[in-house]
Amino acid sequence: MSAPERFLERLTARRAEDPSWVAARRQAGAARFEALGFPTRRDEEWKYTDVRRIAEGDFALATDPGYDASRFEAQRLDLDAHRLVLVDGVFSAELSTLGQLPAGVSVEPLSQALTRNHEAVGGALGRLAGVDFSPFTALNTAFAEEGAIIRLAPGTVVDKPIYVALLSRAGGQPVMSHPRILIEAGGRSEATVIEHYAGEPEAANFTNVVTEVLLDRGAIVNHYKLQEASLGDLHVASIHVDQGRDSRFNSFNLSLGGALVRNDLVTDLNAEGAEAAYNGLFFVQGRQHVDNHTLVNHNAPRTFSNENYKGVLDDRAHGVFNGKVFVKKDAQQIEAYQNNANLLLSDRAEIDTKPELVIYADDVKCSHGATTGQLDEEAVYALRARGIDEAMARALLTLAFAGEVMEQVKLSAIAERVERAVAGRLPERFNLSDLVETAEAVQEP
Amino acid sequence: MLEVKDLHVSVEDKAILKGLDLTVNAGEVHAIMGPNGAGKSTLSAVIAGKDGYEVTQGSIFFEGQDVLEMEIEERARAGMLLGFQYPIEIPGVKNIYLLKAALNAARAARGEGEVPAPEFMKLVREKSAEMKMDTSFLQRAVNEGFSGGEKKRNEILQMLVLQPKLAMLDEIDSGLDIDAMKVVAQGVNSLRSADRAILMVTHYQRLLNHIEPDRVHVLVDGRIVKSGDKDLALELEARGYDWVVEESAA
Repeated sequence: MSAPERFLERLTARRAEDPSWVAARRQAGAARFEALGFPTRRDEEWKYTDVRRIAEGDFALATDPGYDASRFEAQRLDLDAHRLVLVDGVFSAELSTLGQLPAGVSVEPLSQALTRNHEAVGGALGRLAGVDFSPFTALNTAFAEEGAIIRLAPGTVVDKPIYVALLSRAGGQPVMSHPRILIEAGGRSEATVIEHYAGEPEAANFTNVVTEVLLDRGAIVNHYKLQEASLGDLHVASIHVDQGRDSRFNSFNLSLGGALVRNDLVTDLNAEGAEAAYNGLFFVQGRQHVDNHTLVNHNAPRTFSNENYKGVLDDRAHGVFNGKVFVKKDAQQIEAYQNNANLLLSDRAEIDTKPELVIYADDVKCSHGATTGQLDEEAVYALRARGIDEAMARALLTLAFAGEVMEQVKLSAIAERVERAVAGRLPERFNLSDLVETAEAVQEP
Repeated sequence: MLEVKDLHVSVEDKAILKGLDLTVNAGEVHAIMGPNGAGKSTLSAVIAGKDGYEVTQGSIFFEGQDVLEMEIEERARAGMLLGFQYPIEIPGVKNIYLLKAALNAARAARGEGEVPAPEFMKLVREKSAEMKMDTSFLQRAVNEGFSGGEKKRNEILQMLVLQPKLAMLDEIDSGLDIDAMKVVAQGVNSLRSADRAILMVTHYQRLLNHIEPDRVHVLVDGRIVKSGDKDLALELEARGYDWVVEESAA
């Protein structure tokens, strides 16, 4: 039996009683996945990322959303939010808090939306992430049975972040989950949506998530993807964004966890005034592998994109950055900026970076740059020459490198979490938060 | 306080210092002068522990400790600080982080606890004001985007906060206009005390009008060839270095 067949066998066993429209989609996804098979490193898009660990795995489908409540309490982001929690891809009503949604906002688990609301959901779901995007979106289409459907009526400004926590559990046979997230933001609506991946430290599961975001005219969506899964987890994600006139999509892709992480982030700027900001930070150690593929399509004139991805790689970690900006013919007066900077903390860490600009219009402002280097030894010396020991000097400089991206993070619960993780290599006696507080206090008269 | 004996230093196998002797006592201000390429900056760099300098002979002792056996940061914590000729930019590291981390490192080395936040804030505000630096500089990355004069004032600010026993200033006057020079000199003069020493490296006598030295040494070709009081600096200003070079060759 081939690897795709082996995966799809689980599907046959699982879903017997889908509504017909869902069943038809699953069949289309399954057929496409079977035809495509898992990508190999011969595929240009997967040149630096080997997914054999996924293809050769044997992953069950989970049914039980049980998760240790005190562990979750310790792991969850410390913020007041509308929360939807999936455990190994299964909705946990117990850990979710969706009771107090304001008017104009709906946040539902996918399973519920499919039965209650299927016509509305069916129209948008899969519109951006078709089965042809990659074998993994096809696989997700075949399997997706849970996730989050987030819909904002026109003019709705959501009071609190919408927090989707996706937890991965250890013990027994590894499981796979194929969550599907849909964000439909009506005209001039505004929301912050967080995808947070975490789990038990020994977990070794496979998550294959697809997120679709539709922004109508003037809508603003701040999208955070915080990857803190266990060091055994395998994670493939694609985020597909469609932007209407004067809309704004702010992406924060913060990747710390996982054994293998692949992110595809695709934005279509379809009407004038649409603007996308991509902020990325990955910090990998040990033998972690993280691959970020980003694509911005400037399909209309006067659209704007600004991308800044930073990577910190230690030990034998491997990073990939592939950032593509595509400017369509006649998409004049667009602005597109892209930057990727990487810091290698060890001789054995590796980064493959490839910025690409494809421009078919002639009146554009575009720039891109990619740099890879080590910590500036002059700066290490300058700090040591003031009495700061070498480990702390290196930690301060690493933190400073990540700081440029972290400064853009407006949610302090996330900024502090990531800053602490990056500062994890600071000596214990070095009280970072104390420093930050002092820096703030000294400003005051 | 500082005892340098028969110091020989090479950079990439080229001999720069060739038997330098220098004694600096607490309470004294010394100026090292000399023509370009004489090795003036090498001396302070070696004491501070900068990479790339090989000590092939001789010794440096500071308050009885063998400096050459100490790590860079140990030297700073023991009280030897170097103000750089070309202060290094440290993107992303706020001035205030550097000051606090450095001060706490020095305190820890003395067995003291961390500086209490209110005390620290009072200290840095006061010292910033002395250096005519707005507190907004504290929030900025170390030296990043600073003008030449601001960088030099920032070096002295670090000295005022960290209060070294031996302050070494490498061409601290280079690139300063007269107003900035006065501010810098005032800062350095405020460091003068009976239990502290200052070692200045300078090419020009101008600085010494503002910071009066107790001893002036002329460094030629890796050795101190002449020492005197502040009048020697004036003579050098009037006559140049050639006569000292000739005298020492004779």
